[in-house]
Amino acid sequence: MKIHEYQAKELFRKYEVPIPEGGVSDSVEGVEKIAEQLGLPVAVKAQIHAGGRGKGGGVKLARTDAAVFEAATTILGMTLVTKQTGPEGRVVKKVLVEKGVGIEKELYLSIIPDRETACIAIVASQDGGMDIEEVAANSPERIIKVAVNPVTGIQGYHLRQVMFGLELEKSLMKEFSTILKNLYNLFIDYDCSMVEINPLIVTDENRIVALDAKMDIDSNALYRHPDVVEMHDSNEDDPTEAEAAEYDLNYINLDGNVGNMVNGAGLAMATMDIIKQAGAEPANFLDVGGGADAEKVENGFRLILSDPKVKGILINIFGGILRCDVLAQGVVQAAQKVKLSVPVVVRMEGTNVDEGRRILAESGLELINADDLADAARKVAEIVA
Amino acid sequence: MSILVNSRTRVLVQGITGKEGQFHARQCIEYGTQVVAGVTPGKGGQVMDGVPVFNTVQEAKEKTGADASLIFVPPPFAADAILEAVDAGVELAVCITEGIPVMDMLRVKNYLAQKDTRLIGPNCPGIITPGECKIGIMPGAIHTPGGPVGVVSRSGTLTYEVVHQLSGVGLGQTTCIGIGGDPVNGTGFTDCLKAFNDDPDTEAVVMVGEIGGTAEEQAALWIQANMTKPVVGFIAGITAPTGRRMGHAGAIVSGGQGTAEAKIAAMKECGIHVCDDLGSLGRLCKEVFS
Repeated sequence: MKIHEYQAKELFRKYEVPIPEGGVSDSVEGVEKIAEQLGLPVAVKAQIHAGGRGKGGGVKLARTDAAVFEAATTILGMTLVTKQTGPEGRVVKKVLVEKGVGIEKELYLSIIPDRETACIAIVASQDGGMDIEEVAANSPERIIKVAVNPVTGIQGYHLRQVMFGLELEKSLMKEFSTILKNLYNLFIDYDCSMVEINPLIVTDENRIVALDAKMDIDSNALYRHPDVVEMHDSNEDDPTEAEAAEYDLNYINLDGNVGNMVNGAGLAMATMDIIKQAGAEPANFLDVGGGADAEKVENGFRLILSDPKVKGILINIFGGILRCDVLAQGVVQAAQKVKLSVPVVVRMEGTNVDEGRRILAESGLELINADDLADAARKVAEIVA
Repeated sequence: MSILVNSRTRVLVQGITGKEGQFHARQCIEYGTQVVAGVTPGKGGQVMDGVPVFNTVQEAKEKTGADASLIFVPPPFAADAILEAVDAGVELAVCITEGIPVMDMLRVKNYLAQKDTRLIGPNCPGIITPGECKIGIMPGAIHTPGGPVGVVSRSGTLTYEVVHQLSGVGLGQTTCIGIGGDPVNGTGFTDCLKAFNDDPDTEAVVMVGEIGGTAEEQAALWIQANMTKPVVGFIAGITAPTGRRMGHAGAIVSGGQGTAEAKIAAMKECGIHVCDDLGSLGRLCKEVFS
């Protein structure tokens, strides 16, 4: 689960990772008041979860009262489009107002779990303030990566590897050590899947300050972080995906027009792929779970049909322990309840498949039966062509 | 022959009195698996379908000689359950649980590195040697005993699809392993490939991967250098958008890493027969393996 910059910075403050003075507001008057308290200049920063806010016009530096007013009126309520939001962008509801800081040097610092080595990776670079993926692609030697074993935790030599790698001045080492240790503890304590500071700056007063803050928290660990759950911002949710989560379904909205419903995540991905190979585009990813029942199938239909792009639906179910006949009954019940407005191709395989197919054929519903996966994809692609 | 489990494997089930644990323990017994013990803290002394229940794994192992454990414990307590099995000296732990925090698995994985226990999963369907032993939640009936194909996969139902197709074209299986869809898991592709390579009855292997991480690329390199048997591969997720988790916690393309294209390219380069169309996987295996 992603949280906003201002929320991440609240946690930074708690862990004594230095941040600029500031406050958050959802109104122009509020912004002006915070700016007055802080003194000029201030930075006004749009609070949305996507990165690339500066380039999209969502971050402005204001040196006068008039500029503060202008920044606040422009950014609050704007639809901010960045390379991470997609073309539809995100409406800005809140801004973070921070006291301007004199920048001497910009660094990059992040912590992520490394799945291949089962370690915690600290990634740092002297090329802060830039897109780190570009730095990694163009000058990989400018990136320092230090692996920390989570059982033994962060040690002095890890800190030194990072600091000497960054060619940090001696006068900054004590402060940097404390900050990195604190940030590591925050990462562990809060079950983070990412903490990123870009840039981490050295100020003109030779202090280290986190100018930005990005945090992503492992959603599987939220049960032990009620304070993070409270930070959830439903404005950032796709409404259909949020509805799916309520039904305990895994749904991701995509651009195509073939709706699809599959049991199991791997098979669902493979089904999307085969739709594409047949010349059509999937409208969604929808995993109703290895143990789907009639109710889940019904809710799945609702989600798919709520997307006006959908011109045809492919249901691909592999009946295992949950038998095909039970699933077929679920499909029939659900189809009768939700009133299908587009053609549905059903491909069913596995335990009791003949009985399942018979139930579908005798249901009186206009369900198109497919013999196998390739046949199913072909049939649904023809429908939407 | 087979790898890791066979008709002599003695299985205990952690969480045997829960809804899932009870249902699947029964399915395993019905398939012919020797389920010798159950563990549910506080329910020691009870008997479920003739299977004695114990309070701790240690006691269950001592009294029944169980050498493998099937774990159905909810996510907040799953790491604890795995570590309990490891410290009791169980040789093989199979964890079905989905949704274990990554931080818990990082600790478990590092602890396992110094122990002899092999972990399969978590977030997996388990392991089956058809006709002999099923430790997991897969439907037994779709499998065909006797080999000659070994199957290793990150997915659940996608594996069933693959196995069903193999059985459909007359290719039986030695052992099928679901290694799980989480970013940090126990046994990986390469461990399974090594075991299949050493198993005289396995003549060929099907490897099913998906987007996220670089495990398939690493396995492909190992295959190129060491594997003496043909391998057919499949990767799910060509159409998956960047930065989104596709159901499985580990199925995510991020920072340009973990794409299906990169995996397919690496596998082809290493001599793996990559199946581009899931619908024809069975037929392709028939061609390649005969």
